[in-house]
Formats: sequence, C-alpha cells, structure tokens
Amino acid sequence: MTHPGGPAAIAVRGLRKSYGDQVVLDGVGLEVGAGTICALLGPNGAGKTTMVSILTTLIRADGGAICVAGHELPAEAQAVRSVIGVTGQFSAVDKLLTGEENLLLMADLLHLGRAAGRRRAAELLGQFGLAGASRKIAATYSGGMRRRLDLAMTLIGRPSIIFLDEPTAGLDPRSRRALWETVGELRASGVTIFLTTQYLEEADQLADHIALLDHGRLVAQGTAQELKRLVPGGHVSLKFADAAGIESAIRALGGGASAGEALTLQVPSDGSVASLRALLARLDDPQTEIEQLSVHTPDLDDVFLALTSLPPAEKELSG
Amino acid sequence: MSDLRYALRDSATMLRRYLRHLRRYPAMAGMLVGMPVVFLLIFVYVFGATLGAGLGEASTGRTAYIAYVTPGIILMTVAVAATATAVSVCTDLTEGIVARFRTMAIWRPSVLAGHVAGSLIQALLAMTVVTGVAVLIGFRPPADLAQWLAAIGVLALFVLAITWLSVTLGLLAKTPETASNTPMPLMLLPFLGSGFVPTASMPAGLRWFAEYQPFTPVINAVRALLLARPAGDNVIVAVAWSAGIGLASYLWARRLYNRDLVSA
Repeated sequence: MTHPGGPAAIAVRGLRKSYGDQVVLDGVGLEVGAGTICALLGPNGAGKTTMVSILTTLIRADGGAICVAGHELPAEAQAVRSVIGVTGQFSAVDKLLTGEENLLLMADLLHLGRAAGRRRAAELLGQFGLAGASRKIAATYSGGMRRRLDLAMTLIGRPSIIFLDEPTAGLDPRSRRALWETVGELRASGVTIFLTTQYLEEADQLADHIALLDHGRLVAQGTAQELKRLVPGGHVSLKFADAAGIESAIRALGGGASAGEALTLQVPSDGSVASLRALLARLDDPQTEIEQLSVHTPDLDDVFLALTSLPPAEKELSG
Repeated sequence: MSDLRYALRDSATMLRRYLRHLRRYPAMAGMLVGMPVVFLLIFVYVFGATLGAGLGEASTGRTAYIAYVTPGIILMTVAVAATATAVSVCTDLTEGIVARFRTMAIWRPSVLAGHVAGSLIQALLAMTVVTGVAVLIGFRPPADLAQWLAAIGVLALFVLAITWLSVTLGLLAKTPETASNTPMPLMLLPFLGSGFVPTASMPAGLRWFAEYQPFTPVINAVRALLLARPAGDNVIVAVAWSAGIGLASYLWARRLYNRDLVSA
C-alpha cells in the first residue's frame, strides 16, 4: 500500500473504540511514514494505550480503517504480528525466568533456530548491559534493567515497526536518556517507531511527528516546530526588587504586561535581542529596578496545556 | 502441514516455560501429592477397618478397603491438580508476558496448550506417587499389563478433560483467589460418587447424583481394571464423559482466550 509522500508504515482513518457508553477513541486519523518516529502525546486517560492495543492486534476497533505495514487490521492480524515488536507500559518479561531464558523464549517463538537464537540473545544482553545479570531471574532486576530486558525481547526478531507504550514511565533520568539513545539508534537503522508518552520533552527530543491526543480525539499533529507555532507562548518574565519597581514598570508598559507571581511581570515577546532591547529601553527608569529577567520561548508544555484544556467544540485545530 | 509443525513447536516452547516455572517453585507440586496422600492415610488407617467391613464384598477389612479407596484417592489427585492449573492459568494471564505473546505471530492456543501439557505431566506424576504410596501401605492390584495400560489410558484422558476445564475456570476467574475457589466442587465429587463407599449405600437422591456424575464411571472403570474385575460399560461411559468435557472446555477456553484482553 503506498501513500503520497512515501509509503506509510501505519495508516489509520476514522478509528473508533468505546467501552459501553465511554468513548475512548473518536475518529482518530494518523499516518506514520516508514523509518520515522511518531509520538502519541496525551494526558492520562486520553486513549493512548487503547490506540496501541488496537494497532498491535491486542484488541479490535469498533470502526475505522487500519493498515500496519501494508496489512489491514483486523483481517490480517497474524501478518501484522510477524513484523511488529511491542514494549508495553507494564513489564512484559517472564519474572520467573532469567534474562537469558526470556530472550531464548522469544527466539524459540520466533523460530530463530538454536544457534542463531543464542547468538542474538548474547548480542542483545551485551548491547543492553545485561550480560552480567543474564543468569539471574528477572524478578530480581531493577525497574531499569527489566525495561531494558523488555526492549531487548522486543528487538530479538528485528521487527520493522516498534510500538513503545510509555517506555520511560517510572525510569530514572539516566535510564531515560539511555533509552532515548537506543530509540535514536533504532531509527537510524530504519525501524519505524510509534511511541506514546506523557512527557513533552520526550516527544520533542525523539519524534519526527507528534500527534496530540485528548479525550479520544487528535487535537493537533505535526512536527514539534509546527505545534509550537500553534500557541502564542513566548514571553519575557521580569522580577522586580520591590513593589514600587513593579508599579512603575506597569505604568511604563501600559496594558501589554500581566502580573505573574509576586513582583514578577510577564510581557509577550518573540525572544529576539531587538525586542529585548526595546523592552528594556521602555523600562529605563532608575526607580524600576529589575532583579531578574528570563526569556521563555513556547515549548510543547504550552501546546499541551493550551490544546488539552479547550472545550470539545473548539478542538478542530488538527490538519 | 507446516502449520501443524509450528503449532507443536510453539506449544513445546510454552511447555518448557511451564516446566521451568515448576522447577523454580516446587512447593505447588508438593501440595498436589501431599493432600491426596494425607487423605489416603486417614481413610485407610482411621476409617479403613470400619468402612472395609461395610463394603459388602467377599473380602473385608482394612486391606480390602485400601484396594477399594485407592482409585478414589487417585481421582482426588485429579481434582487437586485442577485447582493448581486454574490458579496458574489465571495468574499467568495477568502477566505482561502473555500480552506480549498475543502480539507475536505464534500459534495462538500455544499458551494454553503449554499449560495443559504441563498440568497433564504434573498430574500424572502426582498420581504415580500417590499410587506408589498406596502400594507401600498394602495396595496389591492383581491387574495384568493390559489392564494397567487401560486404567492409565482412562485416567490420562480424564485428566486431559479436567485440565481443559480448569484452564477454562482459570480464564473465567478475575483473580487467582477466585480461580482457587471455583474448582472446589471437583474435590467433593470423589466423595459424592463411588470414591470412598459404594453408591448403593447412599439415600435415593444422593445415590442418583452419585451414579450419574462423571467421576463415578471413571473411578469404577479404574477400580475394575486394577482389581481385574469386569468393568461393564464403565470404560465406555468414562471415555465419553472425558471426550465431552474435554472438547467443550477446549472450545470454551479458546474462545475466552481470544476475547479482548483489555476490557476497560
């Protein structure tokens, strides 16, 4: 199946799913190009895990067209299963088996053959820093180790599309960075990655394409840059030494500023040096003593907060 | 043909996984043997002389009762094994690893098949040990090789059927606690049948139930074969029950396993 602008690894149109009265996915449409990283971003309960569960053949959609790696779901589920790898939100390792046994179990189920399976398992144990713990049962692993084993199990069959459902939830910052690096390497090797996250930084760091999901609907999608342009989040934050300072600044700036926390003002700005110079020139009064100045460019946080708090009727920003 | 090969191969992989679990946690297997053995010893040494006297057969007493009760105790082992199977299926299906199996291109029923094969091996081993203990305390079955093989065949088929039933119960249960409770009635069936006393000694309503429930023909068939007596239609009825329970449970279990994993 080909699409304008290159083949899509995942193509979804009008995806719907509800449980009883509760609508979990309400007409989601999405395309992920082969070899790219797509981040599905959304608050808790937005429907991210349901979406991953449908795309990975765990559950059936109520409606919509779904195509993964050129195979239609749910009709060709087994064909989809043979090309995908999934690392779910909850650790999907067998806790009673050792790290090595877990990998060999996967190798056996993928029919890799004994020698090839052992080779690949040893390679992955080394790559994920688990060689020393390969003979210990997974129940004794730390959260980070278990997640690494989980990912190694996903990779053993060299899937061409990988689904990562909140891959860094509960990981410490070091493990998180290490996982980001791994994801980057996978992308470089041509693997398509579909990941869900609540962390805006993660989406910003990793994804080529970000889709923002809220209450089962895509409220926006595009590159990080495109999303940031959707909200006017840029401003300069000024902190004053005393009340007299802030009052004189408010007089000088007129209606353009809004009061933030105690003794701070937020002034809309594009963050350029010229605009900063102009702003400071207007505040050039010995009485207006500025203690601190910081520049905020819009980040995905602003996008996230602005778009996921809108009432449903105004959510037609996607394009 | 290659489909069948993959089915067998994936099931064998799952069986290896199950046996590894078993090796790492042998306590569960200990219970499978311990409980029937305790019942065997109580029934033989505490009640044996009295119950043996009431059998209404040619030979009476404790020795006669050992011969009578051992098939009942063997069937009790089947019921204990069923509980263990239901619990382990229920526990396993709450694990993330099974969700991973569902996203892989493997023969889908292999997860369940691994459990069934493992439980079958486990139950047959437990029954062997229990029979061994019975022999140690004086069980001397006069059966010839053919009768032994027939008895083992009848038992194996029944264990297979009850194992699929307990897999179904394990899939139905929302928690491992529930899974350990639902197979409980199975434990009572050897008592409410011909396991410990002849059904002829029971009051009318109970007797009717005892004679028509599935454990009774299996116990009767095994007893007749081991004691080298005419088995009547017990073997046929036992095989029919096993086939019926096994097939229905297998179809039900497969359906339950294929339903949506996430339900909320």
